[in-house]
Amino acid sequence: MSAITGEQAILIEKPGLAGRISDFFWKHPHVFLAVMLAPPLLWLGIIYLGSLLALLLQSFFSIDDYSGLVNYEFTLSTYGQLLNEANLDIIIRTVSMAAIVTLFSALIAFPIAYYAARYARGKWKAIFYLGVMLPLWSSYLVKIYAWKLILAKEGILTWFLAKLNLLWLLDAWLSIPVIGGNSLSVSYTGTFIVFVYVWMPFMILPIQASLERVPANLIEASSDLGSTPQQTFRHVLFPLALPGIVAGSIFTFSLTLGDYIIPQIIGSSRLFIGQAVYAQQGTAGNIPLAAAFTVVPIVIMGLYLWMARKMGAFDAL
Amino acid sequence: MRSDRSTSAPPGLKIAAAGGLLFLHLPIMLIFLYAFTTEEKSYQFPPPGLTLQWFAVTWNRPDVWEALSLSVRVASIATAIALVLGTLCAAAVSQTRFFGRETISLLVILPIALPGIITGIALRSAFSMADIPFSIWTIVLGHATFCVVVVYNNAVARFRRVSGSLVEASMDLGANGLQTFRHVILPNISTALLAGGMLAFALSFDEVIVTTFTGGQQSTLPIWMLQELIRPRQRPVTNVVAMVVVLVTFLPILAAYYLTRDGDQIAGSGK
Repeated sequence: MSAITGEQAILIEKPGLAGRISDFFWKHPHVFLAVMLAPPLLWLGIIYLGSLLALLLQSFFSIDDYSGLVNYEFTLSTYGQLLNEANLDIIIRTVSMAAIVTLFSALIAFPIAYYAARYARGKWKAIFYLGVMLPLWSSYLVKIYAWKLILAKEGILTWFLAKLNLLWLLDAWLSIPVIGGNSLSVSYTGTFIVFVYVWMPFMILPIQASLERVPANLIEASSDLGSTPQQTFRHVLFPLALPGIVAGSIFTFSLTLGDYIIPQIIGSSRLFIGQAVYAQQGTAGNIPLAAAFTVVPIVIMGLYLWMARKMGAFDAL
Repeated sequence: MRSDRSTSAPPGLKIAAAGGLLFLHLPIMLIFLYAFTTEEKSYQFPPPGLTLQWFAVTWNRPDVWEALSLSVRVASIATAIALVLGTLCAAAVSQTRFFGRETISLLVILPIALPGIITGIALRSAFSMADIPFSIWTIVLGHATFCVVVVYNNAVARFRRVSGSLVEASMDLGANGLQTFRHVILPNISTALLAGGMLAFALSFDEVIVTTFTGGQQSTLPIWMLQELIRPRQRPVTNVVAMVVVLVTFLPILAAYYLTRDGDQIAGSGK
C-alpha cells in the first residue's frame, strides 16, 4: 500500500516556470483574482473614474468674469448659475423632451415587443429579433442623416403629403407656436421624431424580455373570468410588463438627456443640456459651468435608477 | 378553453407591430436610394435620375479614405484592448465570488450608462490637465473604455455556462494555467469573444460623441460625416458613404447574431 495522502496528491508539482506559476495561483486564488482584476480595474479606475472625479471637482470652481480664467477656490456659485432663467430653461426643456420621447418610445415599442414575445415563432422570432437589432446597431449619424433627407422641405415627407393633398395639415402643424417652425427639420417636432426613432429600439428588447415571462394561461384565465381585452391589458399585462418598460426607459431617458448632436442637426436654435455643455467647454471656455451642467443628468439618472431599482426593473435587463 | 386560440394575433396588434418595424426600417432604406440620385444641391424626392457616378467620385476622395483608415485602426486597437480587459473582468466576476462584485459590474457598465457627453468632456479635461496632446491614442483610450462593457456582457454570459470543474479537471491532469486557457477555456468562450469583439468594433467604428472631445485634428469616419451634416460640401459623396457605413455595420451584427444565437445570452441587448 503506498501511503500517498490527499495532502501529497495535491502537492505534486508541475514542471517548469509556467507550471510553478500555475500552482502558485491555484493555491492562492485571491492572488489570482487580484491579478485578473488589476488591469481592468486600473484602466477603468484611473482613466474613467479619475477623469470623471476631476471633472466633478471643477464644478466647485468658478470662472473669473474679467480675466476668463478659472478661479481655483471652492465655491457653489457655479451651481447657482445653473438656476439662471436661461439655464433653468435648458434643463426643463431637455427633461421634458426626454420624458415625452420615453413615453412615445414605450407606445411604439410595446406592440412590437408583445407580438415578438407572444405570437412570433421560429423564423419570425429571428426576423423580429434582427429587425430590432439591425436598426439599433446601425450608424447613429446615418440614422440622423436619413431623417434629414426625409424632413427636408423638398424631401419625401412633403412629396408624400402633397400626393395625398394633405400639405395644409403640415402647414397647420408648423404654424403652431413652440413645436412648429419654418420646416420640420428646424422644429421641435423634427427633433422629437428623430429622438424617438434613434432611441426607441432600446425600449423593445427589455419589454419583450419581461413579456416573455408572462405565462400565456394568465391572459387566458383573465379572459375566461370575463374581462375584456382592455381590462386584461390594464390589470394583468401592463403591471407585469412595467419593470421591462422602466428598464427600457432608462436607456431612452438617459440617451435623450445627454444627446447634443440630434438637436444640433435637426431642431431649432434653442439649446439642450448636451449642447449647453458643449458650448460652455468649447467656445465659452467655462469648464466649471460645463462640469456643473453635466452633474444635472448624473443626478437625474441617479434618482431614476434608484426608482427603477425599487420597481424591480433591473431584473428585466 | 383551448389554448391554440392565442396563436393568431388580433389585427390591431399586427398592424401596430408591422408599422413599428416599418418605421424603424424605411428611413435606412431611403439611404440606399439616395446613394444613386443625380441631384447634387438638395435632398429632392423623388430623385430626378439615377446614376452610379458618385461611387467613382467617392472612391477617388482621399479624405474619405483617410477617415476610413483612421476609424479602422482606432476600432481595431480599441477592440483588442477591450477584449483583454473585458475577458479578465468577466472571468474574475463569474468564476469566483468575492466582496464587491456588484460594484465591478456597475463600474464596467457606467461608461455606457452615463451620457456619452459626460465621458467625453471628462476625458478631454483630464487630457488637458495632464498636458496629453490629442492623437489617435487619446481616441483609442476613450473608445476602449466603453467597449469593455460589450465584451464583458458576452463573456460573462458564456462563462456562466462553462463549468468550473472543467478547469479543475484540466489542472488535475497536469496542464498548467496557459495550457488550460488555450485548450479548455478558449475553445469554450471563443464564439462569445468573437461576437463581443465584433460588437465592440461596430460600437467604436460608429462612435461620434466621445470622439468629438478626444480627437484633435484627425477625423474618424463618423467625425467626417458629422462635419458633412453640419456643413454639407458634396452631398452625393455623403450619401454614398452613408450607404457603405450601413452595409459595413450590418455584417458584424449579423455575424454576432449567428455566433451567439444558440446561447442563452443576447449578444447586443444594450449598446
